[in-house]
Amino acid sequence: MTIIKHELRQGRIAFAVWTVSIAALMVVCVFLFPEMKREMGAIGNLFASMGKFTDAFGMNRLNFGTLIGFYAIECGNVLGLGGAFFAALTAVSALSKEEKDRTAEFLLTHPVSRARVVTEKLMAAAAQILAMNLMIFVLSLLSITVIGEEIPWKEILLMHLAYLLMQLELAGICFGISAFLHRGSAGIGLGLAVMAYFLNLIANMTKNAKFLKYITPFGYCDAADIVGGGKLNSVMIVIGALAAGIGIAAAYIRYCGKDIQG
Amino acid sequence: MEAVRISDLTKYYGKIRGIERVSLTVAKGEFFGFIGPNGAGKSTTIRTLLGLIRPTSGEAQILGLDIEKDKEKILARVGYLPSEAVFYSGMRVRDVLKFSADLRKKDCRKTADQLCERLQLDTSRKVEELSFGNRKKTAIVCALQHEPELLLLDEPTSGLDPLMQKEFFEILRERNREGTTIFLSSHILSEIQRNCTRAAIIREGQIIACGSVEELSRTSARRISIHGQAEIVDLEGVRDLQVSAEGLNFLYSGDMNRLLAVLARGNIRDLSISEPDLEEVFMHYYDARVERSCVPCSHGKE
Repeated sequence: MTIIKHELRQGRIAFAVWTVSIAALMVVCVFLFPEMKREMGAIGNLFASMGKFTDAFGMNRLNFGTLIGFYAIECGNVLGLGGAFFAALTAVSALSKEEKDRTAEFLLTHPVSRARVVTEKLMAAAAQILAMNLMIFVLSLLSITVIGEEIPWKEILLMHLAYLLMQLELAGICFGISAFLHRGSAGIGLGLAVMAYFLNLIANMTKNAKFLKYITPFGYCDAADIVGGGKLNSVMIVIGALAAGIGIAAAYIRYCGKDIQG
Repeated sequence: MEAVRISDLTKYYGKIRGIERVSLTVAKGEFFGFIGPNGAGKSTTIRTLLGLIRPTSGEAQILGLDIEKDKEKILARVGYLPSEAVFYSGMRVRDVLKFSADLRKKDCRKTADQLCERLQLDTSRKVEELSFGNRKKTAIVCALQHEPELLLLDEPTSGLDPLMQKEFFEILRERNREGTTIFLSSHILSEIQRNCTRAAIIREGQIIACGSVEELSRTSARRISIHGQAEIVDLEGVRDLQVSAEGLNFLYSGDMNRLLAVLARGNIRDLSISEPDLEEVFMHYYDARVERSCVPCSHGKE
């Protein structure tokens, strides 16, 4: 528990900044909806007729005039990208930052096993991701209530669940990468998150690239699919869970036998 | 049982040598010195003992426990002072000390307070604002506050002013009297000579000598200091010759009779013949011309 507490303390500013930023953007988007709804006729057709761009964001399959359609596109992208960045950054630096900041020697000359360090850091990263998603979820629900719309419980729960799973998958993979790094890491985490995001956009635009949805965790987060189908794609989620599991296993194997640079 | 027993420990970083077949033992309660210049392998040895890096081959026991299998048990009983201490930025000194104690699941506040007072360390300071010396002090408290049975100190005095160095060695001697084994790595010979009973000398990853500090200082060479004049050009075995208006000063390892004969022909006002200090012996060990020979390493308390 000591390391978890320490990790949460060390990461509290980054956590606060990311959570407040994403939540604020989400709330602002929700507050824009009433106006959007009034001018829907013109805008809806515009958004639905931007060709590939429309396909990429699933706007051909979602109705911008309904709250869930609007929420899925606007807020989904904010939470999708923001959450993915935060999860990837937190996880990819979890183990490597000790060596980068040269604190590994301090930590690892205390009577704690490497496996315990990995476990506690993993739990700290997961706790931060869970806490952030919960806070954002509650704030989103509140803001929807404030603008007087009915909460589409099923869709919104499924969407937020999918985003949480996506972040956990990315975190698991990045955590594995973290164990192999000695120095900088932020770039790798951000790069991976951005790549995953764009793979899904490509998959949405090109029929031949549909298989990409099975590779990127954004595949099962596609709001248009979730709202349209009313369920999550379990095959994609199982693949994602496997990828995260491999990442975490790699972290344990690598970190427990790693030479710590001085 | 020994506090430290290292047998044939070798560490290669890829193809780069760290240490090669290092063997030595340190008895419980000893104040042991580990001498060598930068890059000789002192830190590699200590970091291997602590499990930060894995040995390529060979083995070692600390307090009778295997360094690979019983790593956590060893770390609970050992205090380590790194040559360059780095802490988590944003934390205050007292948070670092608390975190270190918590990781050891021990309440060390009393000892920590005493140490901070003796070392004049302000615990309310943030670690990133600390000078090198104050960071060192924080590391010293971390290494000592849990009252370990063995202290592994890597270049402990760098960054400390002379007064603090004195206080630090005072604390170490007290701990040593109470039974703590101390393993002191340093390139400052006077430090070793003043404090340690036994020492090992490491060069290019290999132990080249090991024994009591007295033994290591003992060599056939003598420091000869003459006030007056003598004709020593033909004398064999003269090294480190310094000529001044007063006279001559050199290290002599040749035949004593020949030296006396040469001096008898000269005009000598004053003469001193003394054992060279460890510094000179050290240079002797490090002289590339001296063949590497390992004095068998047995500890003095047997």
